Amino acid sequence: MKLNDAVFGLLLTALGAWVLFAVQGFPRIPGQPVGPALFPGLIACGLCVCGVLLVAKGWRERDGGPWVAFDDWVRSPRRVLALAVLLGAIVLYIAAAEVVGFLPLAVLTLLALFLVLGVPAARAVLIAVVAALVIHFAFYKLLRVPLPWGVLKTYAW
Amino acid sequence: MSAAILQAFAMVFEPATLMAIVGAAFFGLFVGAVPGLTATMAVALLVPVTFFMQPIPAIATMVTATAMAIFSGDVPGCLLRIPGTPASAAYTDEAFAMTRKGQAEMALGAGLVFSAVGGLFGTAVLILAAPALAEVALNFSSFEYFWLVLLGLTCAVFITSDRPLKGVVTLLLGLLVACVGLGNPAGFPRFTFGSTEMTGGIGMIPMMIGMFAISEVIRYVVDTSPPAVLVVEKVGNVLAGQWALARKYPRQILRGSVLGTAVGALPGAGADMAAWMSYAMSKKFSKEPQKFGTGHVEGIVESGAANNSALAGAWIPALVFGIPGDSITAIVIGVLYMKNMNPGPTLFTTDPQNIYAVFLLFILANIIMVPLGLLCIKAARHVLRVPRNILMPVIVLFCIVGTFAINNSVFDVGVMLVAGVIAYLLEANRFPIAPAILGVVLGGMLEENFITSMIKSDGKLGAFFSRPLAAALAVVTIVLWFAPVVMKMRSRRSLDTLPSPRA
Repeated sequence: MKLNDAVFGLLLTALGAWVLFAVQGFPRIPGQPVGPALFPGLIACGLCVCGVLLVAKGWRERDGGPWVAFDDWVRSPRRVLALAVLLGAIVLYIAAAEVVGFLPLAVLTLLALFLVLGVPAARAVLIAVVAALVIHFAFYKLLRVPLPWGVLKTYAW
Repeated sequence: MSAAILQAFAMVFEPATLMAIVGAAFFGLFVGAVPGLTATMAVALLVPVTFFMQPIPAIATMVTATAMAIFSGDVPGCLLRIPGTPASAAYTDEAFAMTRKGQAEMALGAGLVFSAVGGLFGTAVLILAAPALAEVALNFSSFEYFWLVLLGLTCAVFITSDRPLKGVVTLLLGLLVACVGLGNPAGFPRFTFGSTEMTGGIGMIPMMIGMFAISEVIRYVVDTSPPAVLVVEKVGNVLAGQWALARKYPRQILRGSVLGTAVGALPGAGADMAAWMSYAMSKKFSKEPQKFGTGHVEGIVESGAANNSALAGAWIPALVFGIPGDSITAIVIGVLYMKNMNPGPTLFTTDPQNIYAVFLLFILANIIMVPLGLLCIKAARHVLRVPRNILMPVIVLFCIVGTFAINNSVFDVGVMLVAGVIAYLLEANRFPIAPAILGVVLGGMLEENFITSMIKSDGKLGAFFSRPLAAALAVVTIVLWFAPVVMKMRSRRSLDTLPSPRA
């Protein structure tokens, strides 16, 4: 996804302005010339200046081109789906790991990604299960990371 | 001193460390040889594992894996015309042209042998320069550190990127991310939105895993380029004729190694930049520049040495000042902090055995690179056939678990995802990523030294120039800020007098 520089410039200026607004509420340290607001404040000023420069640059170079342009992959449903599965799988893990547990989610994530990337179904199922078990063994047993069991709690090993 | 060296030997030749080295070597060779997996990604993926190791084996894995990955990135470049890591991109076309001419052995061998030579050269400079610099750095006050960090950030923006404005933007974003949390001189929770996870700041390691691993997976998933075809089925003896090359191109090897080490030591620029610059330099000073691009080994010799020497060069500022020389050492610094081996000049005085161990690890890694690299070349046919549609999902799962493992928190997994998406978007729009990394890593240090200096000088900016060394660093930094403006004005003036030179 390619955005015109001016779009980035606007976003950055907005971010800078928001930071400048937010640091107004930071406390001052009595007896000191500088407080916690100074450093982020300076960064925010920099962001605003760069944002304005980018807007100017993007405006000069717009040449009738689109403000937002998509790459070739957007026209390939398979790749859009793959990207959605990739991002969705991580979001799902964040949301549901505690309840569902690591193993079911890991198998599901791998399987979905394998299938959408064109791995034959039988092989995908086999590798998904084996890889999930191997990673679980390495991190849960060897490195003692408390990966959640979730629905498999009663069968925990 | 000799006691410390003996201690370093004992630590490095301990079975646990040796096993870590061998394991990391194979891992690095594999990651480097698979297109789409970079040396930086190798380190990012190793972090969750090193988390559970002793400090020296942990450093051993990172040193070995990166050295191997930068070499083995040459292999797919030569055989498939796809660089395995960005550090091989500069001479991929050249190497592939040699393969077309039936000289794949010579190209691969030159990559291997002169990678090791360059790596050892960079290590020698690291061994000589780092302790000497640490001696100087012991006398640094907050003023010198402030300017030094600012100089490092300036280098990252102006020297290493052809788009200074976009470099400044990513740098500022990185610095802003570093502001989040309690970790500021006043101890005031900034930009935490009331979240308890964010009071500790945004985790550097989850962010790096996102920026270097998840963003690569995104790029793979949406990649529309057709699969590459392997042109060589069998690779013969790659070491034949390498001695003759070394005799023919001694100056090129030295020049590549020197330039590579220097570029590596500059904050923000790493092995890939070193290879590009050194390939260009090789062509410029060559007696036969017309042969470049047609399958001529000279540039491969020089830039192959350069990218590996850059690795060791990057450790010089990282160990002495805590300023990363490239994105790999940015991750390494994060790991050093986790291991209570805080980088800085005192590391050289309090625990010299650890520093000597790092030196030894570099020497060892560059020596075992030759036999293991030969194995890798022999196995290249199989490594290059590893299906990436199976590899990438497994990497995603590994990243999720690895990120979770650092604090046992899914919040960090979220940080990884956001960082990965942002890094992908920024790179797709040609914003350089290196300044952002430096900003995140150095933001805290910059602010701390800035605030300390302001308090010491009671708010007077003149004090920032009062110490001679600080003033010198300040002058260099400020000259760098204005150099691009002056050069632009100059080139504009020369354009006015010359009738369009690029016609």
